Amino acid sequence: MLEALSYQFVQNALIAGVLVSFIAGIIGTLVVVNRMVFLVGGIAHAAYGGIGLALFAGIPIFVGTSLFAILAALFMAFVTIHQRDKIDIFIGLIWAVGMALGIIFVDLTSGYNVDLMSYLFGSILAVNQEDLYYMGGLLALILLALLFWYKDILAVSYDSEYASIRSINVPFFYTLILILSALSVVVAIKVVGLILVIALLTIPIYIAQSLSSSLLSMMFFSGVIASIFTLIGLWFSYSFNLTSGASIILISALSLMFFILLEKLR
Amino acid sequence: MILEDINLDIDTRDFLAIIGPNGGGKSTLLKLILGILTPTKGNISKIESIGYVPQNTNINTDFPIKVIEVVMMAQGLSKRKFFGYAKEDITQAKEILKEVGMLEYADKKIALLSGGQRQRVMIARALFSKPEILILDEPTSSIDAEGQKQVYELFKKLNEEMTIIVVSHDISIIMGYASKVAHINKKLSFHDTSALATKIDTQINHVCEVELLEMLGKCKC
Repeated sequence: MLEALSYQFVQNALIAGVLVSFIAGIIGTLVVVNRMVFLVGGIAHAAYGGIGLALFAGIPIFVGTSLFAILAALFMAFVTIHQRDKIDIFIGLIWAVGMALGIIFVDLTSGYNVDLMSYLFGSILAVNQEDLYYMGGLLALILLALLFWYKDILAVSYDSEYASIRSINVPFFYTLILILSALSVVVAIKVVGLILVIALLTIPIYIAQSLSSSLLSMMFFSGVIASIFTLIGLWFSYSFNLTSGASIILISALSLMFFILLEKLR
Repeated sequence: MILEDINLDIDTRDFLAIIGPNGGGKSTLLKLILGILTPTKGNISKIESIGYVPQNTNINTDFPIKVIEVVMMAQGLSKRKFFGYAKEDITQAKEILKEVGMLEYADKKIALLSGGQRQRVMIARALFSKPEILILDEPTSSIDAEGQKQVYELFKKLNEEMTIIVVSHDISIIMGYASKVAHINKKLSFHDTSALATKIDTQINHVCEVELLEMLGKCKC
């Protein structure tokens, strides 16, 4: 195990795992308290359209996917604000249409030979230096947004009706949370893949919620817990030669079961 | 929801109870007063400082937030600081929590509170902006009898300093505390509770909520 740490790609994987865990911890907390889990799930799957588009147009995958995910987030923000009662229908719509678009784009791409599985289930061992900059940049952006707007985001998340009476721009903050979620989904795809991204955005958060007395500490604990799961999952995947994304999710799920059992016994 | 010809004058230190059947427009009227909705005809004189306590305070009870954070929620854009709260805000929040009898719970998670305690925290939140009018939507519908009594006593104390408007089905508020009653069923009829009390004393010995609501709906006292 120790000699593995000397490989560049293993080091990159570990750094990426921790960066993405903290991104997922913070954004997952906002997504869970705002009850947007499946909305973000829809955006994650729609992002596959962006992967297809990027392959087809020959632009960097991160750029294509991010743009596509942001468009999906803006669309869902619009629906959330204007057609809240029809939100389920639109989640299903972007979920399926995004994936269908991705597949058609891939069909149309000549000489296509990229491994589809790596986008669906993650490829953390293939993380390069550029990916790390993108992840670090996103984490910095999220922290900056929190620094400026933590109290507004707290008010909107806890009681949006009251926040709007106190003249906080609720639609703006919903849109902001969704755009940051979309960008987080794009980086999480690299680690656990778009199919499994929802687990990373929910399991650590569920555990953190009962340990935290404020939104800020919930974000921090979620990040720490997600990091632990990711690192154990990576070790597991390395030791037994298993898919890393699926290993991380299964370690998380087992830990969650253990945690719930402990809580019940207490 | 259609509301017609609503003329409502409120004096300072009034304790107005708004009653009426479900779907009669009580919440619509509140939303008009709060500025969430705008009337299609006519106008509502802009009220400067309103403290508002929403109907259902049992939403989001798992939310990781401390009592004092709820009280300071969405306040004072001028006094803003990154992350933390200004010292004067914290001092003021603690004073208000003391006034509603919840100071000892300031750093507790909101999830650990009972319905009545949570309601008092929501009242504290509404009081933070030092309003002249306090508006409450069904303030006692989701709390137990003991909690209700405490909330009523708090209203009585607060009414010495500010106007209170309550939307309620709760007969004990209307009879015991309100100085005026407005009945809304698409139109509005206005009552003074002292006249009402006399009427009840002389005409009937027993009064139940339905009878009272019926009486307020029909009579022009």
